[in-house]
Amino acid sequence: MSDTHFLEVNGLEISARINMPGEPSRKIILVDNISFNLKRGEVLGLIGESGAGKSTIGLAAMSYGRSGCEISGGSIKIEGDDILKMNAKQVNEIRGTRVAYVAQSAAASFNPAHRIGDQVIEVALEHKLMSKSEALEYADILYEKLGLPDPKNFGKRYPHQVSGGQLQRAMTVMALCAKPDLIVFDEPTTALDVTTQIEVLATIKTAIEDTGVAALYITHDLAVVAQVSDQIMVLRNGKMVEYGTTDEIINHAQQKYTQDLVSIRAMEKPEQALPDSPAILQVNHISAAYDGVNKILKDVTLELHAGQTLSIVGESGSGKSTLARVITGLLPQMEGEIVFNGESLSKALKDRVPEQLRDLQMIYQMADVAMNPRHTIGQIIGRPIEFYFGIKGAENRRRTIELLDQIELGEKYIDRYPAELSGGQKQRVCIARALAAKPSLIICDEVTSALDPLVADGILQLLMELQKKHNIAYLFITHDLATVKAISDSIAVMYQGSLVRFGQKSAVLSPPFDDYTDMLLSSVPQMELGWLEKVLSTRKMQSADN
Amino acid sequence: MISVIIFAGTELLPGDVAQSILGQSATPEAVQNLRLEMGLDKPAITRYFSWLVNIFQGDLGTSLSSGRAISDMIGDRFSNTLFLAASAAIVAVPLAIFLGLIAVLHRDGIIDKFISITTLSMISLPEFFIGYLLILFIAVDLNWLPSSSIIYDSMSFGEQLKAIALPCITLTLVVLAHMMRMTRAAILNVMSSPYIETAQLKGLSSFKIIFHHAFPNAISPIITVVVLNLAYLVVGVVVVEIIFVYPGMGQLLVDHVTNRDIPVVQAVGLIFAAIYILLNVFADVMAIIANPRLRHPK
Amino acid sequence: MNTNFLHSLASHLSWGARIGLTCLILFACAAILAPFVAPYNPNEIVGDVWEPVSGAFWLGTDQLGRDILSRLIHGARNTFFIAGAATLLSFSMGTFLGFLAAVSGGKTDQLLSRANDLMMAIPTLIFALVVLSVLPSSMAVLIIVMGVLDSTRVFRLSRAVAVDIVVMDYVESARLRGEGTMWVIFREILPNALSPLFAEFGLRFAFAVLFLSTLSFLGLGIQPPDADWGSMVKENKDGIVFGIPAALIPAAAIAILTISINLVVDSILSRTSSLKGGR
Repeated sequence: MSDTHFLEVNGLEISARINMPGEPSRKIILVDNISFNLKRGEVLGLIGESGAGKSTIGLAAMSYGRSGCEISGGSIKIEGDDILKMNAKQVNEIRGTRVAYVAQSAAASFNPAHRIGDQVIEVALEHKLMSKSEALEYADILYEKLGLPDPKNFGKRYPHQVSGGQLQRAMTVMALCAKPDLIVFDEPTTALDVTTQIEVLATIKTAIEDTGVAALYITHDLAVVAQVSDQIMVLRNGKMVEYGTTDEIINHAQQKYTQDLVSIRAMEKPEQALPDSPAILQVNHISAAYDGVNKILKDVTLELHAGQTLSIVGESGSGKSTLARVITGLLPQMEGEIVFNGESLSKALKDRVPEQLRDLQMIYQMADVAMNPRHTIGQIIGRPIEFYFGIKGAENRRRTIELLDQIELGEKYIDRYPAELSGGQKQRVCIARALAAKPSLIICDEVTSALDPLVADGILQLLMELQKKHNIAYLFITHDLATVKAISDSIAVMYQGSLVRFGQKSAVLSPPFDDYTDMLLSSVPQMELGWLEKVLSTRKMQSADN
Repeated sequence: MISVIIFAGTELLPGDVAQSILGQSATPEAVQNLRLEMGLDKPAITRYFSWLVNIFQGDLGTSLSSGRAISDMIGDRFSNTLFLAASAAIVAVPLAIFLGLIAVLHRDGIIDKFISITTLSMISLPEFFIGYLLILFIAVDLNWLPSSSIIYDSMSFGEQLKAIALPCITLTLVVLAHMMRMTRAAILNVMSSPYIETAQLKGLSSFKIIFHHAFPNAISPIITVVVLNLAYLVVGVVVVEIIFVYPGMGQLLVDHVTNRDIPVVQAVGLIFAAIYILLNVFADVMAIIANPRLRHPK
Repeated sequence: MNTNFLHSLASHLSWGARIGLTCLILFACAAILAPFVAPYNPNEIVGDVWEPVSGAFWLGTDQLGRDILSRLIHGARNTFFIAGAATLLSFSMGTFLGFLAAVSGGKTDQLLSRANDLMMAIPTLIFALVVLSVLPSSMAVLIIVMGVLDSTRVFRLSRAVAVDIVVMDYVESARLRGEGTMWVIFREILPNALSPLFAEFGLRFAFAVLFLSTLSFLGLGIQPPDADWGSMVKENKDGIVFGIPAALIPAAAIAILTISINLVVDSILSRTSSLKGGR
């Protein structure tokens, strides 16, 4: 391998033109003066929140801009040739052969009309790098290397016939197949469950090491990127915050922003002891199904005390959101009973009395779609006050402002529309709307998972303060174990519709573990170097023991 | 089910069939006699089933105005209408898909904008405007083609084609714009999918991206578009037949609506509806065949 | 907010849409002020049969020697009124039932949707011809038949739009609060469905104009001595084979009207979709 830089990015600037009706079109800078170098076999992690411009940089390395984006300055050199100065034909010769791309959503990135194998070898054939039999043979080797089941026949399947994790690995095979020099990984594990993520992460890492390609690894999760990259660049709003080796960034960060990102998962609330009073919510032997046959929930029993937080944790398909729907009455259960404030709740929403509805509020994952875009913030928060307490006019407005103050937004937001707010502010308004009903229980369905980590932290802190002040109980549904640790008093672990483990936080998170909880806990990426290898070797030892 | 609606449409609405046949000036006795003669005194359900049974036996009933068997009246006209509609389809479908592809290839370019504006205007034109414009210029001023399209069996195939040229062009123009716009939209919709971006990032040529990656996924929406418009063609035929005095089903229908000859209207309406429904079922089946998810189950 | 929205919309209309809008306003004014702007009585024979365009008769005369321009202006009233009333009817029926189906879900939705599919399974024109063969020809019947038949299309669109909105968390949130169906329909769904429905209203109106003209052309729409643009085409169609273009004038008027509507709607649609697309 030569010692020269394979990829040199200098003073890269990317801008977009915005055309809003009623305004003159204006140019905004998405990526501002970014420079970095990459040798063969090296991995650079690009990390940042949404809007940091990290994906835009990744695509620019292939001389590609999504609609409206334009590379407006700087240079991107691959072995000394500036790809921004090339014509379309030359660019096409580089794409796929020298630089390849792995997208976040493999499910959408494979063409549903063709077999996986045909798509995998397409680049090699199109650019006449290999004969068909050579390409097929090499693809088989790669399927095996990335741990795909039945590697000889994997390529004969259609994309919809394999799982999400397998498809993500197949996408990596597709990128590797033409033996490129650089691969751009754009959030390749973000859409996956945490137990699947660790497998895909491990195979990607091995593939990079074995083939000696350079890689740009783009993600919002610092703990993930710390496992695979040699260097890390922290980005914010299109500007570079910090750039250094992985060790420098994780262990000796210079910038406040980077330090915040590193320490983000450290927050933890002290556990409250179980009170003697009866539970505010009891879920007794609940089973439920959407079609009346296939049970999504199987005999789930748990309880929650006033002013405490119960986290329900599980991966997609665990039934945790279905449980929330049963408790709220949106999905009548097949069996079992929900007891709330000592009263048994009717199965169906329409049979519940307003007082029960008022006392149980809900906050959603996507604040964007949880608020009517045509109502003002004042209308959104004021409506429950009017609806449940019959308060209108000036008094309604006074209470609305009071709530806005509690969520740290203030009166000036009262006449704005949701679209004018940031993601975190929207979620705060949703909290205020729930609070307006003066409930004793709020169901929080993945309320922080759509938010950037620092913003999510702020929301969690606000929720904790409000809990202390108003003695509200939270039923917190999440897939993120860091959040669980941060806020819970008790924890319920769910897997495929059944309750696997339930108890006080300290008990649930201490050994001895059941198999699933063990796997779940050990799969959460930690902010430390070499964590991935450690987990994998532990697992290998365990499976050797069995 | 459709037969129920057609039947109910003519039977249950507040209008007395016997009265309307004889006109407002008829004496009540005459109306009563006609009702008995037509069996209108029996309950609607009984009449519906006897009507339906007869249809399945190939007996469409008899015309009130001429007393002839409806199946005799329809015979030739049915094949005439099919001939006209099929000729228009053979011209319009490939042309629409071709123009749609051209527009996509030159997306947002001058050709695309020109096609877009032209087709938008074409959609808005009533059939008779296009029809009479063609007659005025091509048939009357230039005298290239006949203005009325009377065809009979003794004509040779070539002569028949010449006779239906103008109505065929009219029909083609009527459906072409719609079909082309929908084809363009269907392909553009596919072109915005992430797997097209993937294909671009693989360095494939635009030709290969469109024909290998976009087209297979656009087939099923395009089939839906085509069939929807063929169904529209069936309707357009009615007006075009009137314009060009073409002896088809459409003219038969309109004439007998004017005469209030209910049995004929019911029979012709049923045939039109049946064709329309068959086309829709065909579209559904084709969409399933073209969908890889349904062709290759897990 | 709303006036702002309309203002920004108007300031960004394409040149095509501006021309369309001008034509629409011109037509509408002519229809409203018909008795004042029409040069002659529309039913009075004022000249020879099929006189060509002249200073006295700007658009010539028709098959009886009546002034075509005057008949056109008066006919616009019928065309606008019937098409407008039918569209209003189809919209109030279609959107209400469509929203109701989407919000209620379950059996109500099944029942309404299947019934609608059934209605749509028959081509509109054929259905209208069958029904009009039985019913007396009057303006009210015409409006109701056109409105009801067209409402099936509106039903399908508004149901589809509403189904997308109903799954939004803010609708679920309103339901969990205990809000009634009417609140959900009028306060949560309607404000968010307005812009697609507004565009659809234009398209349906254009379609209603074409449909009415077609019926009148076939002799099943407006009956003489009343006239609309479609029946004027029918009256004058015999002249075409003699090279007399009188029938083309009302046909062109219909074409200009519907093209204008389509231009305006198309411009609005592309604006709203480009707003949505800004990801």
